[in-house]
Parts: sequence; structure tokens; C-alpha cells
Amino acid sequence: MKYVDEFREPELISRAAKEIRKLADTNRHYRIMEVCGGHTHAIYRFGLKDLLPANVELIHGPGCPVCVLPMGRIDDGLSLAAQPDFIFAAFGDMMRVPGTHGSPLEYKARGVDVRIVYSPADALKLARKHPEKHVMFFAIGFETTAPSTALTLMRAKAEGLHNFSVFCNHVTIIPAIRAILDSPDMRLDGFVGPGHVSTVIGCRPYVWIAKNEGKPVVVSGFEPLDILQSIVMLLRQLRNGESKVENQYKRVVPWEGNLAALRAIAEVFELRPYFEWRGLGFISQSALKIRGRYAE
Amino acid sequence: MCLAIPAKIVEVDSQNAMQAVVEVVGVRRKVDLGLLQDQPPVVGDWVLIHVGFAMSKISEAAALDQMRTLMMLGEAAAAIEEVRGYGLGEGDVEHPDKGQNHEIRG
Repeated sequence: MKYVDEFREPELISRAAKEIRKLADTNRHYRIMEVCGGHTHAIYRFGLKDLLPANVELIHGPGCPVCVLPMGRIDDGLSLAAQPDFIFAAFGDMMRVPGTHGSPLEYKARGVDVRIVYSPADALKLARKHPEKHVMFFAIGFETTAPSTALTLMRAKAEGLHNFSVFCNHVTIIPAIRAILDSPDMRLDGFVGPGHVSTVIGCRPYVWIAKNEGKPVVVSGFEPLDILQSIVMLLRQLRNGESKVENQYKRVVPWEGNLAALRAIAEVFELRPYFEWRGLGFISQSALKIRGRYAE
Repeated sequence: MCLAIPAKIVEVDSQNAMQAVVEVVGVRRKVDLGLLQDQPPVVGDWVLIHVGFAMSKISEAAALDQMRTLMMLGEAAAAIEEVRGYGLGEGDVEHPDKGQNHEIRG
């Protein structure tokens, strides 16, 4: 845990905090949503709320793939895992997430073959190593993770590996933002856009939010200074009556995103007509499913 | 899973240009370069890795920034553990419990 005086650039931090106070109209209440769970984590960890005036409120968004996964998906995945000669592989983040009859870790304790992997490619390695078993990778994540799952499936297909499959829970961030904007009781003034999702999708997919919905978006890095600077950029737009997409995280996020990653997603996945999000309900075209040619 | 880990390319597989060895604070592991096939990185380049795949090329300064962010967030240890975990093929398949204390975020 770090405190404000331990920030790397306390001078810049306090300057950004001052700028926020200057830009925020005291007669107005600002509601800014940070979409990404990583930003939420950083905001808490660094106590950034304490640096903001009371009328600048941060609203936590839907961008944590573990939190938005409904229990039914975990139940379905784990019910498959209980078959004989079956390996259920998932990221460590999933291991303690409860299903109706227990978490993956509890299933493991009951003798189900549950493995932690750090990469979908490692689940594929398990399949190569255990040709007598079926390995299912329980895939979760937004557009940051989906391309890696896609490429892994492409490799499995190219190798003709038939004992590997993916239980796909990949979701996409834009429809979730749309659902939030459509919800009648959610009044927002702007968005701190996700950092690492944007390395894949770039900044263009947010343009409608600025153009059609009139809400500024600033794609942001994860350092305290990044997040404060992004809030400065949002408040500046709001003060000037502007609404555009800006990229605070240029050192990592290209405007166009990663085209090879987007191609891999398009090759392997198609949109689901709808998908359930924990806490948000069913959202149209908000998730990815595996195309027939990779689904067998 | 949500960590983006900065790493330096130290070796590109001569048999398979989509595989590289990277180094993250002294830990060396194989990662997949398939998502950077449009602008393949070379030895000495810095990349951000996400779940075992290099996602974007970044400058050394941005890589150091990112490592510092992970340290400030208290997640550098988790990042190194994740990198150690890559490459189950290298003999630790039979120890699937490794990393079960991996922090669950959110």
C-alpha cells in the first residue's frame, strides 16, 4: 500500500489534483465512470478519491471479467469438468469464484482435475501432453484476453489436436458501455477509458460515445498520475463544452489498436445475440462465441 | 490475468519466429509473438505481455513505467509468479497447485 507522499512524482500529483479543483465547477456534480477494473483497483490502492473534490465522483464500471461472469457459466463449465478423463484449466483468478456447488478449487478438492494456467497456450500444452484426456480451457476476459484464446484455438486446429476445447466466456466492452448509457437512472458525464483493452481495440470504438452520446472519453494508463491526468482532460473537455476521445496512454495504446489481434478475434469468434452479465443482466451482442469452423 | 507485464525480448526461436524468450526482472520464459506478427519484435525490444502473449511493443521507458506501476500496485510479485507459470511444458505440469494463492481481483 502506497500513500500520497510516497508517489513517484508528488509534485506532479499535487499539481494535477490542484488542476482538477480548478477545472471542476463548484455548482456542478461530476460523475465519471472508470470502465476498467484495473483502474478501479488502482484508484482504491492509491486512495485517489481523497485527492478529488467532493463534487467529482468516480463511478466504478463493468470492466472486471471475473466479477461480471454469472454463476450459471461457472456451473456449466464445472459440470463438464466432472466427466472422466477431463482436465478443467482456468486462470488463477477463477479458482475461488463460487458456482452453485462450489468453486473450481472446491471441485479440485473433490477429485476433479482442475488446473491453474497462466496462459491459454499452457492449456494447449496440457492437451499435447495428455492425449488420453480432454482439456477444456475456461476462457474469460475482455478484448485484452480474447485474441490470445483465438490464437490458441487457431494453433490447436492447425495441429489437428482434437482433445482441446475452449469454454468461451469472452465479453466485449462497448456493448456494456452502451447498456450503461441506455439505463435511465445512470447519469454520467464522461469515461476514463480502459487501458489494456484499448491496446487491442484502439480508440476508434469509443468515438460514438463522444459524438452521439456527448460524453467525453479519455483512454488512461494505470499510474496515479495517469488517472489524475485523465480526469483533468475530461474536466477540461466538459468545461469547454467539448466531447471527444482523447488518448492519455499513448505510450502504450495506438489509436488503431492491434490489427493482428483484431484479425485473430474475427477469425475465431462471432458475436452472441445476447449474454448475461452479473449485475447488468442480459446485454445484446455483448459476448463472443466460437465460430462453427473452430467449434467442432 | 489482468496484469500486463513488461518484458524484454532476449531470444527469438530460430525454428519458429512466433516464439520468443523474454526476461522479466531476471525470470526467463517463452511467450507467443503471434499477436505482433504485423511488426515482429526483435531481440532487445520491449513488449507488454498478457496471458503469455506479447500484446504490444513499447519503449523501454514505458516498460519501466509499467513495472513501477505493478510494484506500486503491490502486484510485481504476482506478475513474476505469472511469468514463472508460463510454459507448463517445461516440467511443472504436475504441480498445478502452484500459484493457487494468486490474488483474485475485483
